[in-house]
Amino acid sequence: MSINAPVNPPANHLSNQALASSNKDVSKVERNHSLWSLAFKKLIKDKVALSCILVIFGYVLVAILSKFGIIGANWAESVAASYAPPSGDLWLGADIFGRSVLVKTLMGTRVAVSVGLITVMVSVPLGIFFGAVSGYFGGFIDEIITWFYTTLASIPNIMLLISLTFVLGKGITSVYIALGITSWIGLCRMIRGEVMKHKTREYVQAATAIGASNYRKLFIHILPNVFHIVIIESSLLFQTAVKSEVILSFLGLGVQDLPSWGKMIDESKMELARGVWWQLAGATIAMFFLLLSLNLLGDALRDALDPKLKGKD
Amino acid sequence: MILYSFRRLLYLIPLLLGVCLFIFIVFNVVATDPAVIMLGKNATAKQINEVREQMGLNRPWIVQYFDVVKSAFTMNFGRSWYTKQDITEMIMRGAGPSLSVTLPAFVFSTIFSLLVSLVVAYYRGGKIDLLVRSICVGLVSISSLAYILLFQYLLAFKWGLFEISGYEFGFPHFLPYIILPCIIWIILSLGPDIRYFRTIVLDELYQDYVRTARAKGLSEIKVMIKHVLRNALIPVITYVVIQIPFLILGALLLESFFSIPGLGGTVLTAVNNSDFPVIKAFTILSAIAYILFNLITDLLYAAVDPRVKLE
Repeated sequence: MSINAPVNPPANHLSNQALASSNKDVSKVERNHSLWSLAFKKLIKDKVALSCILVIFGYVLVAILSKFGIIGANWAESVAASYAPPSGDLWLGADIFGRSVLVKTLMGTRVAVSVGLITVMVSVPLGIFFGAVSGYFGGFIDEIITWFYTTLASIPNIMLLISLTFVLGKGITSVYIALGITSWIGLCRMIRGEVMKHKTREYVQAATAIGASNYRKLFIHILPNVFHIVIIESSLLFQTAVKSEVILSFLGLGVQDLPSWGKMIDESKMELARGVWWQLAGATIAMFFLLLSLNLLGDALRDALDPKLKGKD
Repeated sequence: MILYSFRRLLYLIPLLLGVCLFIFIVFNVVATDPAVIMLGKNATAKQINEVREQMGLNRPWIVQYFDVVKSAFTMNFGRSWYTKQDITEMIMRGAGPSLSVTLPAFVFSTIFSLLVSLVVAYYRGGKIDLLVRSICVGLVSISSLAYILLFQYLLAFKWGLFEISGYEFGFPHFLPYIILPCIIWIILSLGPDIRYFRTIVLDELYQDYVRTARAKGLSEIKVMIKHVLRNALIPVITYVVIQIPFLILGALLLESFFSIPGLGGTVLTAVNNSDFPVIKAFTILSAIAYILFNLITDLLYAAVDPRVKLE
């Protein structure tokens, strides 16, 4: 990393045009060595990470296409005999109602991806906000927020999820809410710890010296320096959400009117004894590649972004 | 240290009040009226009102909240709505079967993962490292449900190697029933455990004391066992001890699949039957266990690491 501590080049306050432009050149050079650009370069070179991004993008694409009815709009139609085994035109066979398992698997992507994305979108802002505020201000605010998340954390996650989806009523919205409420705690803890560490660093003192406000110090100066945690944590949050949705749907608490991988696994519980393995296979394989890509991408992001890992292989 | 433990125990009170508040909000405010659930959809308003009166649901919310708090501090959770049994008794009975599955599996998987991670971290970047890491990533990318279904179907149902499901009380009798659930538990925990322990061991391997130990001419095995492992144990303890309360709670899915009469199965049955008192009791108990084991972790931390000072 470059010598000046803030990763993002400081905002340009100089009014003089010439100075400003020369300053821009300097910041350009600096930017080439910033954590983010180095990480980006590292990721692009990493073939595994790149293919993971492509796979995840593929899943998102399938989810979007099925959202707009381009894929699997007719998933409920019966196309073959009940429990027709996999064959040339029906790659993953059919379920009890003769519906194509392949189409159901593709439709399941929609639920999985939307649960993953919405969980990340809900819990990341919550985690950043509570973690940053409690780490930065300390004192009474910190105690309240710490109390709040310790309370939630002391209830086992699965109990929390089950009871929340249970009282909110079965369905996908309850899954969103339950996962949103439970998922931000880990991120909040990490951000809080990091912000507490950064608060006393010299660059923050420098910002205080030039009269920066608390808001500015926290969100413009400190946050970019701890943001790598958010990126790494997001891939973890995404896959935990996907796994939780599958378990909740399996328990009958999740999505009701759409096919989902959890529901397919639930149905296959009865089918396995008859030798019908294709629903389980479809859901498991679809899940496997999504989770594998998220896992590998998470590791690659950690390698690229975590400053503690620098110089270690 | 005693003063510290005492202060930490006092912190249990606000946390427990918080947990009670959460339970109260979820089950007394947000949830569907339990009277309606008990009586079904065809109940008249009068019947519902009578049941509500009986269950004390017509009293002010603050009184109902204190009921939850009282049950948490007196450990008296009343009776289950569904089975009509005393809840404390249900929990006592379920803890044994749950632990008989989770404890052996937990001990084995922790020790095994720690040993593997030592080897893997030592040969970091090598072929073994790559192989084990790939296997771990593969293992954690498969749904736990898929393991349970597939293993139960293949190993127990098709090949008849293990009991498909069931349980018998008493020491040697339960053994045949717990082997397969144990194996599945171990496979489920190997992936995350090895991955986590590996990063811990790697962190230690780059410390100066390791170089010093090598410079003194210690053998590699001595360096790994006497120096690296000992230091790595500190974060491992945190990770391990905090999981113990969840062992008592048992493995929800495993227990229901293998019909083991443990606590996890009890919770699932309670959820399926809208048995609010049982769910509430479990949530409170697991929260207390979590807080206590958190305290134990901190004390152990101070005991093994002289640098840690408790204030």
